[in-house]
Amino acid sequence: MSATTTTTAKIECMIVEAIVSFGPATETVTREATFESLDLDSLDLVELSQIIEEEFRVQLGTADVADLKTVGDAVDLVVARTS
Amino acid sequence: MNRRVVVTGFGAVTPLGVGARRLHARWLSGRCGIDDGVARCDEFDPSEHMSSKEVRRSDRFTQLAIAAGSEALADAGWGDELPYDPAAIGCVIGTGIGGLGSMEAGHDVLRDRGPGRVPPLLVPLMMTNAAAGVLAMRHGLRGQTFSVGSACAAGSHAIGVATRLIQAGDAQAMVAGGSEATLTPLATAAFAAMAATSRSGISRPFDRRRDGFVMGEGAGVLVLEDAKSAQARGARVLGHVLGYAATSDAHHLTAPDPTGCCAAKAILGALRDAGLSAADVDYVNAHGTSTPLNDRAETRALKSALGEHAGRIPVSSTKSAIGHLLGAAGAVEAVATVLALRERVAPPTLGYEQPDEDLDLDYVPGPPRTLPPRVNGRPPKPAVGLSNSFGFGGHNAVLCLAGSG
Repeated sequence: MSATTTTTAKIECMIVEAIVSFGPATETVTREATFESLDLDSLDLVELSQIIEEEFRVQLGTADVADLKTVGDAVDLVVARTS
Repeated sequence: MNRRVVVTGFGAVTPLGVGARRLHARWLSGRCGIDDGVARCDEFDPSEHMSSKEVRRSDRFTQLAIAAGSEALADAGWGDELPYDPAAIGCVIGTGIGGLGSMEAGHDVLRDRGPGRVPPLLVPLMMTNAAAGVLAMRHGLRGQTFSVGSACAAGSHAIGVATRLIQAGDAQAMVAGGSEATLTPLATAAFAAMAATSRSGISRPFDRRRDGFVMGEGAGVLVLEDAKSAQARGARVLGHVLGYAATSDAHHLTAPDPTGCCAAKAILGALRDAGLSAADVDYVNAHGTSTPLNDRAETRALKSALGEHAGRIPVSSTKSAIGHLLGAAGAVEAVATVLALRERVAPPTLGYEQPDEDLDLDYVPGPPRTLPPRVNGRPPKPAVGLSNSFGFGGHNAVLCLAGSG
C-alpha cells in the first residue's frame, strides 16, 4: 500500500468519524453521500472544517466549504491540499 | 380578555425524576431530590428523549425542556397532528440564564485553543430562546415563540404571558414553561459568592435554621389551551389558569423588599384577575427558597395579601424537595401545584421543624395534608391555589391556579 493510499484512507476515516459524531448513522456516511442527504447544514460544515484544520493543518475557507457537496468531495479536497 | 385558559398537559424533569406525575408522587412520599447539597436531574438521560443530532445541537437546558415539552404535548393528546392551526400555537419558555454550560465550554476553547476553534454552534446553544425555538421546531409550532428572562420568576412569567396571549386571542394554545441547567462551576461559585446558596446544603424553607437555597436544575412545561377550543376538541382538562399578575419591587438588585408590599400586590392582582378573594384560596405553593430574606418577606406578603385567611391556608415549598430550579422553578411549581390541587392535597415542606420568629403560617410540616372542602356542596369545587415566584431584580409573578377532573 502506497503512502498516498494510506493518507487518503486516514483522511477519509477521520472525516467519516467527524461526520458520524454530528448525528448521521455510520452506514449512511459513504463517499457518495451528500451533506444534504445526511442532514448536515452550514454550521456542521464549519465545525468539520475546524476539525480538518486541527487534524491536517488544512485551512478551508467559506468558499471551499460552499463548493463541497459530498463526503467524497471533502476527502478529495483535503487529500489534494495535503499532497 | 374573557377567554378562559385550561391546562391540558404537564411535563417535568426534576431532581425527583423524569415525569410530572413522578415529581408529584415522590414529593408527596417525602422523598428529597437533593444529594450532597446539589439538586441534579440524575435520572435524566437526554439520549432517551432525542436523537444524537438533537443532543449535540442543544444545551442541557434545552434538552430538559425538550423532554418536559414532549411529555406535556403527549399528555395533552397532541399526536403527530396538532389540534389547531400551527400559526395559532406558540411557545414561551422562561430561563434565568440559558445555555451557561455551553458558554463556559466555549470560553474554555477560546482561552485554550484560540478564536478559530470556537464552536459554530455556541451561539444557538447558549441563547436564552433556544429551548423555545427548538420546541417550536420539534413540534411545528408556528405562533409566537420566545423566551422570558426574569431570573427565578421566569417560569411563572412564561405561563402568565402565554395565558395572556390566549386571552387576547393571539393564540389558541400555548406551550409554556421554564428550563434551567446552571449547575456549572461558574454559576455555582457566583451564587456562593453572593451568599445566596446554602452552606449546609439543606433546603428547609421557612425553618429557623434555613441558610440559603440549594441550586437545582430541571424543566417544567404545560400545555395551555383556550377553554372553548379545548372543549370543542374533547380535550381532557387537568386544571385552569384562573389568574396572573406580576409586579416589581423597584427596591434592590437581589434582595426582596422586606415589607413584601409589591409581592403582596402581585398576589392580590392574581386573585383579582381570577375574580376571587383570599377566602377562595385552598393552598399556596410558596416561592419559599430557604433564604433568610425571601421566606421572611414572602410570609409578610402572604399575610398582607390574604389577611385573616393567611393563617388558615396551607403554604408549602416545592424547593424543600427539589431545591431551587431558578428560571424553571415557577413552571415546575405550577405543574406541582395543579397536580396537588387536582387531588385536593397540600404537599409538605420537607425538613420544616423549627419555627422562626414571625414566620407563623401553616407551612405543612410532616405528611401531606388533605385540603378540606370549604363549601358545603358536594362534590367540592375545584381546589384553588396560588403559586408565587420572585426573582433577582425584584420581579414578582403570581399565578392563580385550579385543579380539574
